[in-house]
Amino acid sequence: MDKFGKLTSVAAPLPLINIDTDMIIPARFLKTIKRTGLGADLFSTLRFNEDGSDRDDFVLNQPAYKNAEILVTGENFGCGSSREHAPWALMDFGIKCVIAPSFADIFYNNSFKNGMLLIKLPPEDMTKLMDDAERGANATVTVDLEAQEITGPDGGVIKFEINAFKKHCLLNGLDDIGLTLQKDDKIDDFEARQKAIQLW
Amino acid sequence: MSEAKTLYDKIWDAHIVDEQVDGTCLVYIDRHLVHEVTSPQAFEGLRNSGRKVRRTDKTLAVADHNVPTTDRSAGIENEESRIQVEALEKNCADFDIELYSMDDIRQGICHVVGPEQGFTLPGTTLVCGDSHTATHGAFGAMAFGIGTSEVEHVLATQTLLLTKCRNMRVTVNGELPLGITAKDMILAVIGKIGTAGGNGAAIEFTGEAFQSLSMEGRMTVCNMTIEGGARVGLFAPDETTFEYLKGRPKSPKAGAWETAVEYWKTLKTDERAVFDEEIIMDAADIKPQVTWGTSPEDVTTIDGHVPNPADETDKNRRHKMERSLEYMGLEADMAMKDIKIDTAFIGSCTNSRLEDMRAAAAVAKGRKIADGVRALVVPGSGLIKELAEQEGLDKIFTEAGFEWREAGCSMCLAMNADKLVPGERSASTSNRNFEGRQGPGGRTHLVSPAMAAAAAIAGHLTDVSDLD
Ligand code: SF4
Repeated sequence: MDKFGKLTSVAAPLPLINIDTDMIIPARFLKTIKRTGLGADLFSTLRFNEDGSDRDDFVLNQPAYKNAEILVTGENFGCGSSREHAPWALMDFGIKCVIAPSFADIFYNNSFKNGMLLIKLPPEDMTKLMDDAERGANATVTVDLEAQEITGPDGGVIKFEINAFKKHCLLNGLDDIGLTLQKDDKIDDFEARQKAIQLW
Repeated sequence: MSEAKTLYDKIWDAHIVDEQVDGTCLVYIDRHLVHEVTSPQAFEGLRNSGRKVRRTDKTLAVADHNVPTTDRSAGIENEESRIQVEALEKNCADFDIELYSMDDIRQGICHVVGPEQGFTLPGTTLVCGDSHTATHGAFGAMAFGIGTSEVEHVLATQTLLLTKCRNMRVTVNGELPLGITAKDMILAVIGKIGTAGGNGAAIEFTGEAFQSLSMEGRMTVCNMTIEGGARVGLFAPDETTFEYLKGRPKSPKAGAWETAVEYWKTLKTDERAVFDEEIIMDAADIKPQVTWGTSPEDVTTIDGHVPNPADETDKNRRHKMERSLEYMGLEADMAMKDIKIDTAFIGSCTNSRLEDMRAAAAVAKGRKIADGVRALVVPGSGLIKELAEQEGLDKIFTEAGFEWREAGCSMCLAMNADKLVPGERSASTSNRNFEGRQGPGGRTHLVSPAMAAAAAIAGHLTDVSDLD
């Protein structure tokens, strides 16, 4: 997993609430057995017309935001499916950080496991950031995970909270499985204890 | 005296392998269901790092999302679907995991198969790479959906890193009115709390109306817990649970059975336990439910009307509502019963069990579906299909004009050939009415099995009691 340090990028505003995983990547694109390549169909319905051409009104199609690595969006982002294709599609497209007032639980966990940073902010900060993001190519924002700070285009700083363990893993690009396997003896102990009391 | 605990607390505490300073816990996983869509990348990961599956005896695989529900003798036509199913077969063979393949009578939707085989047991932790895993909570199991990275984590370590959910309880008091189903109950709950109302929570369902439900009904309720945002849904195991499990292929055998039941009986919330949030409803207030929009919280009663965005004061919500109505092709204030349908779908892990088949058949019996309507009945597993056929339900359906299919997810998410075409409208017993869920441009109204059958016959949404 790649390490996440400091990220400076244009932030794309997508002020919709309840963006579900089927909107992020519709189920018909999930028939892959690989993790890569899903970015091409990210936000498919919002992003493309029926004939496959770009919809000009969609933020990530606009020149200023085409290379955005940060997405600023509405509450309950990522609700719906547990399929990890949603974070894979976002990451494959190039989004490394999503900022919203709230996220759906499973999507939240899945994203961190793939090295994507999700930041929850209170409404006041969201309004400010959404305004900043709407400034197009001038909307460059810096996210500093170590310092837990977001710096806006005019230098204003917003602090954010994050679970210490998630932060540690992201900063160091640590793989969960490797970490857990170091606790193998504890898992053995647990299994032995359970086996002693559960005969079925 | 030890502090009072909820059912969820008890199961959680019994599975902690290790606790980190920040409160994140390494939790032991007793049961793991694997299907073809969310597992290939996990097996790819295991191979790349030279890791093995730690407990193949606690892992069970079944292909469900992509399988055709028509004649299977020729295999799967769609190449990508076939590749996923073949990848699952190869992975199970390579890693020595038990698999119910497409031509096995035990094959079906993973959340139907687990309970049916007695793989799902009270007090266990159970996961699957599918958000509707909460279904298994009907047995008093701590069951939840996980992503592919976590699937890989469980395969390799039989554990997961988790933070504990908050405790929430939904009580429905009183006796359930005649004709009101588990589906109506859970839709009514979601309508009340919203799709994010249960975020971060484990919800225990209790009260007379919930407790009187069969295992099938309880599974319907827990299945849709996730649509209310909660991770886990739970029913305390009781005689109904034990009765259902006794004699299932993977249930504890005689001798061990008695000790198991004894332990399962301790799995209930202590009287003095305190929940972080309580919702209390009255069964008498629950009417037959139907959704109008593109989120399960967009729900009203069958006697109700499509809401009017002009009445919504919150700007974001009004915007979402307008968008939903446009997508759904509905006018504000129109009567729900005036909404015509093209398709009825009876199936999915929410409502594809024998009891659901019976409820729909009772409505279909001696009637005919409306002209121009297509109606699909897709049983949840090969075994359910067989039982239903023994009762003659397939005849009732086909005589009424319904198609009787092989088991699978089918039109619930339209990954196989069963899907809506743009603009088509369905009355569906599944769990999600998201945009494009049942096919691009498809419009979904979530209902109970009896209501879906009634809609197929009337040609529009209707209450069962309105049929002649
Ligand atoms: S029936 Fe639908 S919700 Fe259930 S597992 Fe299949 S696709 Fe998922």
